[in-house]
Amino acid sequence: MTPKRKQRLYIVLGLVVLAGVAVGLTLYALRANLNLFYSPQQIVDGDAPIGRQIRAGGLVRVGSVQRSGDSLDVTFDVTDYRVSVPIHYNGILPDLFREGQGVVITGTLNDQGRFEASEVLAKHDEKYMPPEVAEVMKKANAKDVPAGYDPARDAFDSAESSTNAPADAPRS
Amino acid sequence: MWQIVHKLGSPKWFYRVSGPWLPWLWSLSVVLLVIGTVWGLAFAPADYQQGDSFRIIYVHVPAAILAQSCFALLAICAVIFLVWRIKLADMAATVAAPFGAAMTFVALFTGSVWGIPTWGTWWVWDARLTSMLILLFLYLGIIALRGAFTSRDSGSRAASILALVGVINLPIIKYSVNWWNTLHQPATFSLTRQPAMPAEMWLPLLVMVLGFYMFFAATVTFRTRNEILRRESRTRWVRELAEKTH
Amino acid sequence: MSFESVSALLHMHGYAPYVWPAWGVALGALALLALHARYEKRQLLRDIERRIRRERVNHDTQA
Repeated sequence: MTPKRKQRLYIVLGLVVLAGVAVGLTLYALRANLNLFYSPQQIVDGDAPIGRQIRAGGLVRVGSVQRSGDSLDVTFDVTDYRVSVPIHYNGILPDLFREGQGVVITGTLNDQGRFEASEVLAKHDEKYMPPEVAEVMKKANAKDVPAGYDPARDAFDSAESSTNAPADAPRS
Repeated sequence: MWQIVHKLGSPKWFYRVSGPWLPWLWSLSVVLLVIGTVWGLAFAPADYQQGDSFRIIYVHVPAAILAQSCFALLAICAVIFLVWRIKLADMAATVAAPFGAAMTFVALFTGSVWGIPTWGTWWVWDARLTSMLILLFLYLGIIALRGAFTSRDSGSRAASILALVGVINLPIIKYSVNWWNTLHQPATFSLTRQPAMPAEMWLPLLVMVLGFYMFFAATVTFRTRNEILRRESRTRWVRELAEKTH
Repeated sequence: MSFESVSALLHMHGYAPYVWPAWGVALGALALLALHARYEKRQLLRDIERRIRRERVNHDTQA
């Protein structure tokens, strides 16, 4: 390589490294703000602001969904299987909303620790399967897996925990 | 050794050598896309949670992969052009940018349409969606910057530099779903582990991804040849060619 | 085939308003990119050939 080209190559590489450092520092400074939602643990710990619009994310606790008979009012708990946050919502739920499903909820937290939701979004994982296979797996799980296990829990955990564990942690 | 590189970078040589490849690239891409479309739309099973809306994956994922691969190509071309001053690299970058912008738009559009029934919203400002939107703006910026200069060489240099700086966005897009809490799920395909779905679902997706790649190769090669004709329109070999075909 | 009939395929179990527009835009974009490339080439060759003819006429009249 001629010295001139070598010099240009260094300038180009330097430019990319410089831009990378600048963007990296910006993202580091913004790190918490780039999260779309607060986890139930953060809300229970008091990390989430009260009375301001925020988002919460977690799994719908199995057995916690209570619908009112005459209106769209629904209450349920959002959990990470350690702690839960009670949610109240009045509106139409997405197709994928069900017990054990991952959800992201927009709303405000009141001082009693209750979350008044204005929007409920369903989160899904990158695992897809045909309905018949899901049926078979559900039956198999009912036999060998302790009560209360839900495959969706595993799914959300793998998505959630990837911030502190390797992305391709072993899956069951 | 560097003489070979410069011969490879000769537009006339590229025009002659790439010609016979084009019919193969076009037919291969059409065959793969037709197989993938019929397989994905009619034969692949529906998802147990999302039902038939899952079939959007067969266009969404290939478009998103191509949007990012195309930007990687832009950055590689930018280095080759800036360091070695090989004009062919700049011609390829000129025609690849609109293709990448189209793929990014398709990925965003199909993702939004898919989000309505599954998530319950067509847009959310999470890290993955936002970084893809930034990718679209980068493409548009590169296209606009190239056209904003009166001298072609200045435009090429400015567009190359923006492509190089913008390449930082690629790892951000890729790892956004791991680094931050997002509504978007983690990657469907990965080189290190098996896809989390049965073969009857991911095989048609693989066919579609390959079909999109072949289409990308065919279109970019074809339009690079157009760009050669445009820039070399005063040379004798191009004039002879134009007279022969008309 | 995971559908019983063509009308079931078109209906997509109620997801037709999402599946068809997404596929339409994706395949439509590919078709437009390919057609544009072909049109561009034809236009370029025609322009070059036209310029050659014009130059030849100018050359002849000067001579």
